[in-house]
Amino acid sequence: MLLQLLEPGETPAPHQNEAPRAIGIDLGTTNSVVAVARDGVVEVLKGADGRGLLASVVCYGEDGSVLVGEDARNQILVAPDHVVGSIKRLMGRGLEDVKSLAGTLPYKMDSLAEGGMVRLNVAGRVLTPVEISADILRAIKARAEAALDGAVEKAVVTVPAYFDDAARTATRDAARLAGLEVLRLVNEPTAAALAYGLDNSAEGLYAVYDLGGGTFDISLLRMEKGVFQVKATGGDAALGGDDVDHAIAEHFLAERGAEPLSAGEVKQVLMVARLAKECLTHSMGGEWMVDIGDRSTRHFLDRATLDRLALPFVERTLEICRGVVADAEVEMEDIKGVVLVGGSTRMPLVRSKVAELFGREPLSDINPDEVVAVGAALQAEALTVGSDTLLLDVTPLSLGIETMGGIVEKVIPRNQPIPVGMAQEFTTYQDGQTAMSIHVVQGEREMVDQCRSLARFVLKGIPPMAAGAARIRVAFTVDADGLLTVSARETTTGTEAQVAVKPSYGLDEEEMAKMLRDSLENARTDMTVRLLTESKVEANRSILAIRAALVADGDLLDAAERGMIETAVAKVETLLAGTDREAILAAAENMENATKGFAEKRMDQGIRKALAGVSVDKLDGAL
Amino acid sequence: MRAGVLFCPVCGAVQGPGSMDHFARLGLAVGFDVDVEALERPYFALQRQLHPDRFAGKSPKEKALSQQQATMLNEAYETLKDPLKRGVYLLELLGRGVDLTACGTINDPELLMEQMEKREALAEATTGAEIARLLAEADSESVACQCHLSAAFLAGDLAQAAHLVNRLKFLTKLVEDARARKNRIRMMG
Repeated sequence: MLLQLLEPGETPAPHQNEAPRAIGIDLGTTNSVVAVARDGVVEVLKGADGRGLLASVVCYGEDGSVLVGEDARNQILVAPDHVVGSIKRLMGRGLEDVKSLAGTLPYKMDSLAEGGMVRLNVAGRVLTPVEISADILRAIKARAEAALDGAVEKAVVTVPAYFDDAARTATRDAARLAGLEVLRLVNEPTAAALAYGLDNSAEGLYAVYDLGGGTFDISLLRMEKGVFQVKATGGDAALGGDDVDHAIAEHFLAERGAEPLSAGEVKQVLMVARLAKECLTHSMGGEWMVDIGDRSTRHFLDRATLDRLALPFVERTLEICRGVVADAEVEMEDIKGVVLVGGSTRMPLVRSKVAELFGREPLSDINPDEVVAVGAALQAEALTVGSDTLLLDVTPLSLGIETMGGIVEKVIPRNQPIPVGMAQEFTTYQDGQTAMSIHVVQGEREMVDQCRSLARFVLKGIPPMAAGAARIRVAFTVDADGLLTVSARETTTGTEAQVAVKPSYGLDEEEMAKMLRDSLENARTDMTVRLLTESKVEANRSILAIRAALVADGDLLDAAERGMIETAVAKVETLLAGTDREAILAAAENMENATKGFAEKRMDQGIRKALAGVSVDKLDGAL
Repeated sequence: MRAGVLFCPVCGAVQGPGSMDHFARLGLAVGFDVDVEALERPYFALQRQLHPDRFAGKSPKEKALSQQQATMLNEAYETLKDPLKRGVYLLELLGRGVDLTACGTINDPELLMEQMEKREALAEATTGAEIARLLAEADSESVACQCHLSAAFLAGDLAQAAHLVNRLKFLTKLVEDARARKNRIRMMG
């Protein structure tokens, strides 16, 4: 590290010895971003590769290693069965939910899991989405600690506004497993609005259209003098750029003709599809190769075809937008601006359709990939240091209870400002009934089976009374994180009955405690394994670069020089099979030294090539 | 501690919300006439002080109290913002509760006939223009009803106020349904 020299009389920056700072994390379906704010100025923290985005992809090695980010994504082509991506789509989901998505998700589900949370089989391990998300969050925490040169323990983590209670709880649990205290779960569109509002001092009614890899949110906010008041929100927690990738992949596969595919091969086709989609943001057409099984096929895709494939998904987002505008009881003309958030809003079709719907060009002057993390960082600073701004968010979905005949009785309607507490009275339907089963659901539909089951519990100890005489007061509380607590008591006798909530799709306290214990025990080994994996990846990258250079400019070397390089590379390769990180680092350094001469020769040659044909006068002029 | 004291004068810790009516909580005079701006100013100012975001680093007890305070503020704001909820709440506060959940119990034959005719007209309307006209009509009737309601409360005529709150309930539902129909038609078109 470079030493900092100070001007005489100047003291070191005051923040150097400050308490650990709180970070803002956008835990995305495709990519995650971490940022930190200081005095309202936000810095997106970059990784060793200089990129702000961290691919939300985890690769689990046979040796127990865990790799997160672009390097893990690249392993899809090599070891697809070891790689997990888009895990956010499974947060808080049960096996039944996932079955309805069957075929669209390239995961190997653990068939032993009955009810409760989904479990995946990855490289011989059985993992919950919470644990996999925790691995991504550990990598984020490590990135922040490296960038800030100190421990980071607190964070604001963003979630889609439309995330239900189970998915929010799962996200908070994942952060806890990764050793992060969640200061607040902030809704992604609200975080984006915070970043925009403070940056542009926008005032009035704004729409935030957030289309990510796997989730869609639309929020209408009123921004005024530091107050960000969400008026209405809506979305779809399973709609995003991933769906477009799937449509493209299916298009390619249809062109290839029917063939059986493994989960790994599906991931490979999806990766090609994603590249094609991203490429068509700027170009009007191109050709892509699908290389799976023993066949390699070429596929032409142009912008018009992509638009046709993506249109149903974009139309669905527009329909949700109209619903939210109606919910807020405003007209399109009242909306002063539309902010685009999320990588999928780069698609030209999305931009033109959103502009058409709202009758104005959308704003996207803050990088749509980073704007949520920027807002989260601002809120993290506001929560720890203090702030004048105020975020007033709402419940995205109605919360209710199952009553006779499977009908839902709403206790808290959607779009209520949080925190909120509301209660409803219920009664018994049998003489002498002493217990009552309470089923908590979330959603807008009238029937229980069309809503999402959040929890079931039994209220016991109701004094025996005639049917209809007992008064059971069920109270719902939603806190500022959007998390629900339910309590129930019989009011005529004042009997406070015990309530045990068993989450339908979450982890219970015991499972959570065990995972926390395991993660503490494993923290040391995890760290060692991570460092080893990073060193290996780094060394592999250097070897690839050297091999490429030898192919391109090998003629610059004589046999002796070449032999020396080959030996150094071979030494590193042998060590890469083992687990001795120190030895790998030493050999890699030796390899670097062995190639120094070669590098200089290549540079000289490069300059000569560049100067060839340039006359001396011109050269003089240039100097 | 006395209700209405937000922070302990000695240690500065946030206090519980106490029992207070919604008007007192937001520092407003009890009455049906509430200006939206006059409602929002104290609501935002109090949330700035009491919202859980201001207590992220405080003790669990202070966090819980702040959540209770913010919850009560939201309830007060939501109740007083909406003319129908405000009317119902005010009647209750003045000792004359109306049960809005008991649907269909109109003991006023005139109101019943009128509302049935309006619902029928809405159900039979097929074009966007027709629905828009009915919506505008219902809207202006709702506004007129609120004016009469205000006058009834000012005159202290609670029987008339209860009657008008009942009417406002049906008009509000009519406006909601007409708006939903209008949006559905627009989406299809």
